[in-house]
Amino acid sequence: MRLFVTGLALCVGAHAALAQAQAQDANLARNLAAACFSCHGTDGHAQSGMASLAGRPQAEIMRIIGEFRSGARSGEQGTLMPQLVKGYTDAQMALIADYFSRQKPVQGAP
Amino acid sequence: MQTRRDFLKAGSAAGALAAASYAAPARAQSVGRVVVVGGGYGGATAARYLRLWSEGRIEVTLVEREPAFVSCPLSALVVGGSKRIEDITVGYEGLARLGVKVIRGEATEVDAEKKTVVLQSGQKLPYDRLVLSPGIDFIPGEVAGLDDPKAFDTVPHAWHAGPQTVLLRRQLEAMKDGGVYVITIPLAPYRCSPAPYERVCQVAWYFQKRKPKSKIIVLDANEEIQAEKALFQAVWNGPYKGMIEYRPSNDVKEVDVATRTTVTDLGDKQQADVLNVIPPQRAGAIAGKAGVISVNQRWCQVDWLTLESVVRPGIHVLGDSAFPASVMPKSGHMANQHAKTAAAAIIELMSGRAPNPAPMMSNTCYSFVDDKRVIHVTSTHAYDAAEKTMKAVPGSGGTSATASELEGRYGFAWARNIWADMLG
Ligand code: HEC
Repeated sequence: MRLFVTGLALCVGAHAALAQAQAQDANLARNLAAACFSCHGTDGHAQSGMASLAGRPQAEIMRIIGEFRSGARSGEQGTLMPQLVKGYTDAQMALIADYFSRQKPVQGAP
Repeated sequence: MQTRRDFLKAGSAAGALAAASYAAPARAQSVGRVVVVGGGYGGATAARYLRLWSEGRIEVTLVEREPAFVSCPLSALVVGGSKRIEDITVGYEGLARLGVKVIRGEATEVDAEKKTVVLQSGQKLPYDRLVLSPGIDFIPGEVAGLDDPKAFDTVPHAWHAGPQTVLLRRQLEAMKDGGVYVITIPLAPYRCSPAPYERVCQVAWYFQKRKPKSKIIVLDANEEIQAEKALFQAVWNGPYKGMIEYRPSNDVKEVDVATRTTVTDLGDKQQADVLNVIPPQRAGAIAGKAGVISVNQRWCQVDWLTLESVVRPGIHVLGDSAFPASVMPKSGHMANQHAKTAAAAIIELMSGRAPNPAPMMSNTCYSFVDDKRVIHVTSTHAYDAAEKTMKAVPGSGGTSATASELEGRYGFAWARNIWADMLG
C-alpha cells in the first residue's frame, strides 16, 4: 500500500517544489492520487461506469494523460479529463500514475 | 426504470473486494482519538480515510444525527421525480465495518479546553483532534417569517437532502396543472452554486411531462446565474422555452407562509402554489459553539495544509462550513477533497511528522438538466505557499460544451464512486 521513495526516480525533471514536497511527505503520491479516487474509486478500484486505474502500468496511464493533454483524446473520448489534467504537472502525474500502478488490480478489469 | 438495487449494486463486487483488502488490523496500536461531527461528504470521507490511512491506529468516532447518509447531489432528480429518496440514501455500515464508531446523535457543545464534544444525550466524547463537517445552517432573521422551523413544513427549503426533498416532491405532485412554482436563491456564497439552477431544470422537466400549463419563477438575489450560466440558459431557452421566468437581483427578505407569498427587498410580492425558499446560509451551528466561525460571522477560516481552524488549534473544519479559498465551490465533491487532505495531515501530525506541504484538490459538479442529460463544471486547486491559500491552476478546469447523455452516465457513475469512496 505504501509508496516508498522509489518514486523519486520518476521525478527526473520534476519541479524542485515537488521533490521538496516528496522529501517532506512520504505519502505525497498517495495524497495526490486521492483526488482521483472520488471518481475512479479508492486506490483506483472503481465502481461501474468509471475506469479502474489500479494495477495499470504507469506508462499506459501516462500515455493516456498525454493524449488528454494534447487533445488526441477529446470530445466523447475526453469530456472532462482534458480540463482536469491541465491542473497537474507531468511530474505530479507521474507520481500519481506510479501510485496506481502499484495497487492490486480489480479482478476482470483491464 | 432503474431500481435502487440496480443503481447501487452495480460494482458491488469491486466494493467487496476493496472492503476485504482494507480490513483494519484488529488491535493496531492506537495513536489517538479523533471525533468527527457530521457524516456527509466531508465527515464520512474523513472518518473513512483516517481509518484506512492510519491502518487502524486512529480511533475514530463519527457523530451524525440522521440514521443514514442522504446525498444532496442527485437530490434534484428526486425533486424531478426520476429517482426516489432511497436511490440517494446509503447506510453507515461500511464505516462501522472499518472500525469507525458511528453514534447517532446531535453534538451540542464543544469544550475546546478539555477537548470534549458533548452530545444532546449528555454523552461526552473526548478527543485528541476534532473534525467538524456540519455543512450549512440557515442564518436566523435573514428572511422574516421563517424563524419558526415549522415554516419549512409548508415552505420547504430542501437544501438538506432527506424529508425536505420528499416534501418538496410531494407538493409538486399535489400541485394543480397551471400552478406556479417559485424558487428563491440567496446571495452567494451558498451551498453548491449550480444546484438551484439544476433544480429548476428538474422541475421544468417534470412540468413539461405532467403539468405543461404550469410555470416556474426564479427569484435570484444574485445579479446573474451563479454557475454554468451559458449552459443553463441554453437549456432554459431550448427544451424548456417559455416555462421559466428568471428574475435576477430579487432578494427575498420576507415570506408569508400561510399564503406562500414572498416579498423582496424592493417590496415586490409574488404568490406561489409551491414555494421553495433557499435561505442565506452559514457554517453549521456546532461550528459556532466550538468558536471556529471567524469570517463575517458565517464561515470558518482554515489552514489549507491541514484544514485546521486558524482560531482554534486541534479543531479541523471541512466542507461547506469552511471559508472557501478564491473560486473554490461549496460542494460535496470539494468536501470529499478537503477531508482527504485533512485526514492525511491529521495522521502525520498525530505521528509527529509534518503534513504534505503542497496539497492539490479538484472539484467537479455534475448537474442534471433532465432525467438523463448532464453538464459539468470542473476546477483544480493547488496550494500557494507564498499566499498560504488554494488557487485554481491557471489554464485548467472548464465546463461541458453541451448537455449530453454520455455525461449523464458519468454523473451516475460519479455518485456510485464517491459514495463508495466516502462510505465504503
Ligand atoms: C470528476 C470525475 C473524475 C475525476 C476526479 C478524475 N477522473 Fe479520470 N476520468 C473521468 C472520466 C469521465 C473519464 C472518461 C474520459 C472523459 O470523458 O474525460 C476518465 C478517464 C480517465 C482515464 C482513461 C481511462 C481509460 O481506460 O480510458 C485515466 C487514465 C484517468 N481518467 C486518470 C485520472 C487521474 C490520474 C485522475 C486524478 C488526477 C482522474 N482521472 C480524476 C472522470 C474523472
